[in-house]
Amino acid sequence: MQWISWFLSSKGNEYFCEVEEDYILDRFNLTGLNTEVQHYAQALDMITDNLDEEIQDDVRGNLDLQARLLYGLIHARWIVTARGLAKMLEKYKRADFGRCPRVLCQSQPLLPVGLTDVPYEKSVKLYCGRCEDIYSPKSSRHGSIDGAYFGTSFPHLLFLVYPNLIPPKTGPVELGLPGRGGEVDSSRRSRRIREEQEAQAEGVGEGMSTASVASKADRYRPRIFGFQVNEIAKLQRWQEAVRDRQISRLEELEENA
Amino acid sequence: MSRRNDYHTLPQGEQSLQDEEAISATGEGDEEMEDAVDQEEGYSSSTPTSTLTWISWFCSLPGHEYFCEVAEEFIEDDFNLTGLNVMVPFWKEAMEMVLDMEPDEDTSKIPDVSIVEASAELLYGLCHQRFILTRAGLQAMVDKYEAGVFGSCPRVYCNGCNVVPCGRSDLPGTDTVKLFCPNCNDIYTPPSSRFQGVDGAFFGTTFAHLFFQSYRELAPAPFWKPASPSSTSPRSSASSSSNQPAFVNPNPYGGQKRAAGKVYVPKIYGFRVSERAKCGPRMQWMRLRPENPDELDLVDWRGRWIDDNDHYEDDEEHIDEDRPMEDFDPVRCSG
Repeated sequence: MQWISWFLSSKGNEYFCEVEEDYILDRFNLTGLNTEVQHYAQALDMITDNLDEEIQDDVRGNLDLQARLLYGLIHARWIVTARGLAKMLEKYKRADFGRCPRVLCQSQPLLPVGLTDVPYEKSVKLYCGRCEDIYSPKSSRHGSIDGAYFGTSFPHLLFLVYPNLIPPKTGPVELGLPGRGGEVDSSRRSRRIREEQEAQAEGVGEGMSTASVASKADRYRPRIFGFQVNEIAKLQRWQEAVRDRQISRLEELEENA
Repeated sequence: MSRRNDYHTLPQGEQSLQDEEAISATGEGDEEMEDAVDQEEGYSSSTPTSTLTWISWFCSLPGHEYFCEVAEEFIEDDFNLTGLNVMVPFWKEAMEMVLDMEPDEDTSKIPDVSIVEASAELLYGLCHQRFILTRAGLQAMVDKYEAGVFGSCPRVYCNGCNVVPCGRSDLPGTDTVKLFCPNCNDIYTPPSSRFQGVDGAFFGTTFAHLFFQSYRELAPAPFWKPASPSSTSPRSSASSSSNQPAFVNPNPYGGQKRAAGKVYVPKIYGFRVSERAKCGPRMQWMRLRPENPDELDLVDWRGRWIDDNDHYEDDEEHIDEDRPMEDFDPVRCSG
């Protein structure tokens, strides 16, 4: 697909993955998009390389815009399918979406997320699976991408489908990242070694509970000449009491299950 | 004591390296330098001359935007430098370079001037760590803070709260400079790689927090109530969103700024992800603030809920038995 390859290789479009041709050509997947996109038929022809050549230049500019919008909206639907998730997973493992700016997340790779599924409202944000918070992209060329092209559900669905990829709350990043041991399998093995002491054979995989993972999370403690800052320390104690209450709530649920 | 104007030939290697990355970041300093060079020496050089002190030249280098100019009187006062001489090799030469003094004749036997340059940088950085804790230093830094020189928090719901530089250690060579956000009380890696060569010790562990203690009007308070009445809670409908009263923190020693308190809620197809799910939210507590300052007092110094009427009382009793005290050990939890 020429248009799509061109679009994906353009600077600033690094967050997008390739939507497979079969998915686009199945009209069922595009239900309702004709009301969101002007010149829908031509825009669709454009991204599928079926556009007639005789288009006036003044129309072409707007059509190009509509084609991008259409691709973005299809993309938002595609990345929450099984095959789309798998494609985005590859990009996640290459850290194509950047790494968490939070120091204590130890360069955890990020995932794109929208704050709304309606286009033209909010730009794309980046979700960190470790601190479970969202950040603005560092670069302005990513900061201007529409968040609706990724949608509000994508990162959460990814971790729902791949629970073994839920990042640990502490320790170094382990993913099938190039130069860090390659395969997912080996990283799982290294995690296993780490968790032997806890008598847990698996990673955050099939049998593993995530009820108490938050207690392992690292926090920054502000200090003045080595002493904690009163009001911040108080807030942090309160926050940790909220955390502990959630942990006991989740552990109780697990016991009763 | 005369101003030395030949130091500019020393750091050329370093300068050219950094120039490639961030030409745009060298501000007005550059033009000023070039003019002076043309007049005085007639060959083009990107480095300073006598119009610029070593300190202002150093602070104008790309990647050095976070530094403020340490007053020369501060460096000249030996008391302020107590203990630093054992950490900086070629102390005397470094001192001469930083203060633009003519070097003594007999000390020109240093093998490589770049060694002195490194020492001067270390000396200046360590002085800087101390200077920014003084009244004058804090003032210099608040000017930079309010001008947005340090940037803003990358966290979306901190709403662009300005950050300050901070170190994770007071000893040089440990870690690079980080940025502290007073709204989420967390630290972040600077967005540009040109700060990756800046030692965090040159800002130190204390500065960021002394800064917000000193300028409480810049520090967000530890509690937060949604400003507009939310559609689901009728009790907040009484409070008007039209004219908000001036924000007051009842703790006069605490932050006096209204916090940005929103916490991210993950959703799938519009539904909140339940905490019961394995992939459900586990970290919201880290960004949460109570609605009222009084709620902070519901937790004791060891991090346990005091309120007996709390309906989680039983759970608390339960976890107290098998939860080791290490959770509340400040050393273990230190960031």
